This record gives sequence, C-alpha cells and structure tokens, in this order.
Amino acid sequence: MPYRVIDSFEVRYLQIVDEAGNLDESLFDGFSEWLVRSFFERLVLSRTFNSRCLSLQREGRIGTYPSIYGQEASQVGSALALDAKDWVFPTFRESGVLAALGYPMELLLRYWMGDERGMKIPHGMNIVPMSIPVGTHIPHATGCGWAMRLEGARAAALCYFGDGGSSRGDFHEGLNMAGVFKANTVFLCQNNQWAISVPRTRQTASRTIAQKAFSYGFEGIQVDGNDIFAVYRATLDALNRAKRGEGPTLIECFTYRLDDHTTADDASRYRDPGEVEEWKKREPLLRLRLVMQRMGLWTEDYEKEVVKHSEEVVDSAIEKAEAVSPPEPSDILIYTSHTPSGRQRRELKEL
Amino acid sequence: MAKANLVDAINRALAEEMERDERVVLLGEDIGRDGGVFRVTAGLLERFGAERVVDTPLSELGMVGAAVGMALWGLRPVVEIQFMAFIYEAIEQIFSHAARIHSRSRGRYSAPIVVRTPYGVGIKGPELHSDSTEAIFCHMPGVKVVVPSTPYNAKGLLKSAIRDEDPVVFLEPSRLYRTIKTELPQEDYTIPLGHAEVVKEGGSITAISWGTMLHRTMEATEGFDVEVIDLQTLKPFDEETLLNSVKKTGRTVVVHEATGFCGVGAELSAFFAELAMLHLRSPVMRVTAPDGVVPMAILEDHYMPSVEKIRRAFEEVMNY
Repeated sequence: MPYRVIDSFEVRYLQIVDEAGNLDESLFDGFSEWLVRSFFERLVLSRTFNSRCLSLQREGRIGTYPSIYGQEASQVGSALALDAKDWVFPTFRESGVLAALGYPMELLLRYWMGDERGMKIPHGMNIVPMSIPVGTHIPHATGCGWAMRLEGARAAALCYFGDGGSSRGDFHEGLNMAGVFKANTVFLCQNNQWAISVPRTRQTASRTIAQKAFSYGFEGIQVDGNDIFAVYRATLDALNRAKRGEGPTLIECFTYRLDDHTTADDASRYRDPGEVEEWKKREPLLRLRLVMQRMGLWTEDYEKEVVKHSEEVVDSAIEKAEAVSPPEPSDILIYTSHTPSGRQRRELKEL
Repeated sequence: MAKANLVDAINRALAEEMERDERVVLLGEDIGRDGGVFRVTAGLLERFGAERVVDTPLSELGMVGAAVGMALWGLRPVVEIQFMAFIYEAIEQIFSHAARIHSRSRGRYSAPIVVRTPYGVGIKGPELHSDSTEAIFCHMPGVKVVVPSTPYNAKGLLKSAIRDEDPVVFLEPSRLYRTIKTELPQEDYTIPLGHAEVVKEGGSITAISWGTMLHRTMEATEGFDVEVIDLQTLKPFDEETLLNSVKKTGRTVVVHEATGFCGVGAELSAFFAELAMLHLRSPVMRVTAPDGVVPMAILEDHYMPSVEKIRRAFEEVMNY
C-alpha cells in the first residue's frame, strides 16, 4: 500500500490593515466610528500608562515593571472584543488589557508598588490576578471555560500568554484538555519574539505557534498582532464560536516587544538594535492613525486631546495610588486561609 | 448499623455531597466507567452522569489546573490523583495558584478544591506507588492536609473538605481501603477539619498518629498507659487536644510512615518544645520511616514503622 495523507492542515494568517495603512475592504466590516475611536483612545491610554510606569520605575516610585510597548494592538484589540460576562486570565505583561477593560489604574499601580491589594479585583470584573509563573494559568482558563460550557453560560474565558509560555507543559495540558472537553476558552498567545533573551526560534521548531492548535483538535490562526482590526476580529470570532459551544481557538498574535523584558533587563545585551528599529516602523499606532485619517476621524487636535486626557487620567491614578496608606502587616496572614491555625493566630499578635 | 470499608465510605461521602450540592464535580483518570483504580468512585458515573464524573486525559497538572479555573467560576471540583507520587506534576498548581489565590486577590477569589489521593506503603505496589509525602503540602501556607484512618472519619472528614473554602489535600491510606470496616451511619455528618480525636485515653504517654500508622500505634499500646490521638487534620492541627494530653502525660511519641527529616513529626516536636516544655518528662520521640526512598514490595515491611519499633519508643520515653 502507498502512503496516504490522512489529515492535513493549513495555517491561516489574518491581516486587515497593513503597515502602510492599506486595508482589505471585504474584511473591514463592522468597525463603527465609535469602535475605531475606542481603539485609538484605549491604545493611547495604555501607552500613556505604560510610559508613565517606566518613568515611575526610574524614579523609584514603583518596582520592576514589564513594558507593553509595541504590543498594544494585541492587548487593546482583544480586550475590546470581550463581554462583561467573559473571564480574563492575564499575565504580568497585560497593562494594555487591563487599561482597555477599565481596571482601576490606581490599583494596578499599587500592585507594581508592591501592594497585593492592587490585585483585589473589583466586584463585577471577571479578571483573575495576573499570573507570574509563565504559562501556569493556562489550565485555569480551560477549567473556567469548561465550567461555562457545563453550565450552559453564554460566556467565554480569554487567556493571555506569550511565546515563552507556549513551551510549558501547562500549555500542552491546558490546550489538550480544552480540546477534549470543548471548553469555552480562547487562548491568545502574544508572540512578541523574545522570552527575555531567548528568541522565538528557541521556543519551538514549528513555523508558527498557531499550528499547535491543530494537534489539540481545534482551530489556530496567526494574526498580525500590530493590526488592531485583525486582532479584534479574530478574538471576537473566537469568543463567539466558544459561546456557541463550538470549542476553543488558539490565536497567535504576531507582534514585537519593543522595550526590554522588564525595567530590570537590558535587551541590548542580546538583541540587534536594527531589528528593533525595523519593528518600530510596524508599531500599531501608526497604521491605526492612517486608517482614521482615511475615515476622517483623525486630526492633530483630536490626538492632542486624547493624549492630554490620557495623561490626566494616569496622573490622577498616580496621585491616588501614592496617597494610599501602606497595608497592615497583619495582611500577610489574614488572607492565607479561611480558618487560621493556632500558629497563625499567635503570629498575628506579633505582627 | 451496617459496616463499611474505607472505599465505601469515601464513595458515599462523594455521592452524598454530589447529591447535596450540584456544584460538586469529580475529575480523575479512570474514575468513570472503571470506577477508579481502587474503585472509590464506582457507580458514580451511572448516577451523576459524565459531565459531573469526568474521565480526564492523563494529565495531573491539567486536572488540578482546570479544577482551579472551575472553582473560580463557582464549581466545587474534587480531583482524584491515582497515586500520591503522581501528584508532583501538579504541585505548582497547588502551591502557586490554589494555595495563594485567596491571598493574592485579597479575599476576592478562593480555590475550594479537594485533591484526593491514596498514599503509603502496604499494598505491594510498583515503584512510585507508595509515597507518603504529606509534609510537603503541610509546608505550603494556604493548603489544608487531611488524613482519615477509618471509614467513619473518612466520610465525615471528606464532607468537611468538600465544603471547605480552602484547597484541601485529602490523603487516603491505601493499605486501609479494604482492610478495615467500621459502622457507617447513613445520615449526613461531618467531622470538622482541624479537630483531632482521642481514640484511646491514657495517662503516661501521648501517642500521636494518623492514617495507617494509627492502627499500628493502637496495636503497640498493650502493657503501656497510652493516650492515642488520631490527628486527622495535619494542617491546621488541633493544638488544644495535643496540649491537653501532653499536660496530663508528660511524654510524647509521634508515629508516621513518612520519613522523619522535616516530617510532620518534626513540626509536632517543635510545637511541644515551644509550648509545652515544662510539662515534658522526656524528649519527644518520633517513629518514622528511614530517610530513604520508598522501597518496592519486598522491602516495604522493613520501611514501615513496626509495632516493635513503636513499643521501643514507648519504653524509651517511660525509662528516660
């Protein structure tokens, strides 16, 4: 018998607007003026928050901080596709997602100042505290999306992680189980090309991260992660499929981390500055601006107004965050367990 | 009242809790059609359906991780790990997430999951089927660790574990699954976590044990005036019951089948040294497995603390 092909897969790539601002008319559908303005305003807000955090870190006013510069389209575009009932499982590099969702910035700042109360998610927001160990939260999104399916909820779980996270066993077990049980989960990998100093080619020998989905029995797609329109469209479609009970999707947002890994890192030790310059030409705000110009939505004054407003919002959050009194030392213990042990009760007296 | 073994008791606790609370779901390998490798979940698939009694892929990390996500959404998952040594892959999920989410979110979220697993030597199992590493879990703030010793307390403790808001590691002594029977009330009852049981009163020695070794400790008491305490919850343990007993006896022997170094016995010894020094008439003695890797079937009887070894410890504290 000759060899036969018993299955084959195609990896699709979605780009709606290219770097030069050219757009695919057939895919450019459903982007109302209101939505496009939201893209711009949230993107500027998240970029403003991010650059302020970098300054605050240099001034010693917050601790180590991971920049999102370059990844704002992946973060804002996907976050704006969410409904209030959906659940979000972010990593530590998700300021743009949180800013776009309206997470109180003063809380996020408190967190980066070293205050756990910054991750006390306000009621009504289905956001889980950011995962610090890379990729370990992926199975949580599986479990949450699976529970949604079991209970017939019209909701989905959106899980963020990076190219580094896709190398973990958690990625395999989380996606594998999500496929088996058709969880209402969308896995969104921001492939920013670098896991600290290790390039994407060292994370996997496969050509894309998107194609890994096929081995788990569901759809994977690579998206231009700097094209906010493509990210929004792909995420919305995936969330809707999940909510209809059609199972999970893996979205690979092909993007780039323009800054160091964190403020404690120096990317010039391992990365060619020429590569960074090339990617700066593709950063997401440039092409969004071009599309908005074409739609008649952008003027210099409008952008100035948006930037000014964003700075005011962030500055007011900084003011609020810095006015908060430090937590009580007893906070170390009181949230550990619902029923404290004898030892904890004694230790509480000493704190 | 009808008698039941440990397998029946755990099965009934699971069934009653699933009946009482629709949010309780079971995840595990071979727990559905097969009823679990020890048949602890036999019949539950037929009764509650495949959406609540779930045969998962072979994926310990995935199961515990998914359980955390389900718990965040509002379910009460109970995960079965086939043997204790297979839980290690899932430790990061328990330590970095389940144990911390309440603290990390400053009370907004909890992870009320139960991870059940058989532990211990005595079933002539293959390699890595007989571990007893409860102390690892006791070391992690935010995790509760429970070990039943009889069908009666297994049912009551497991129900409490399922209703608890914190993650609980529930360790089932595999040697006892079918070797002992006790009376098992049909009605709903719970045994609170953090409560130790005085199973035999005595005046000269306090012997503290749990799980399989509790029964060996009982066997060793003949001819000694021993108060035997079944710790039941290793963390948080019942300080009051232990202190009251040692104040009376002045001598303490801790018996466990895990290795001694950094074992729960070490914590109990330190506890007595810190809080009951003036009541002690002898050093706190520990009877434990030697500090070696759990052997395979042929040597396992030499590994597990014997009745003779426990009796020698009793003699030693009496003659100190």
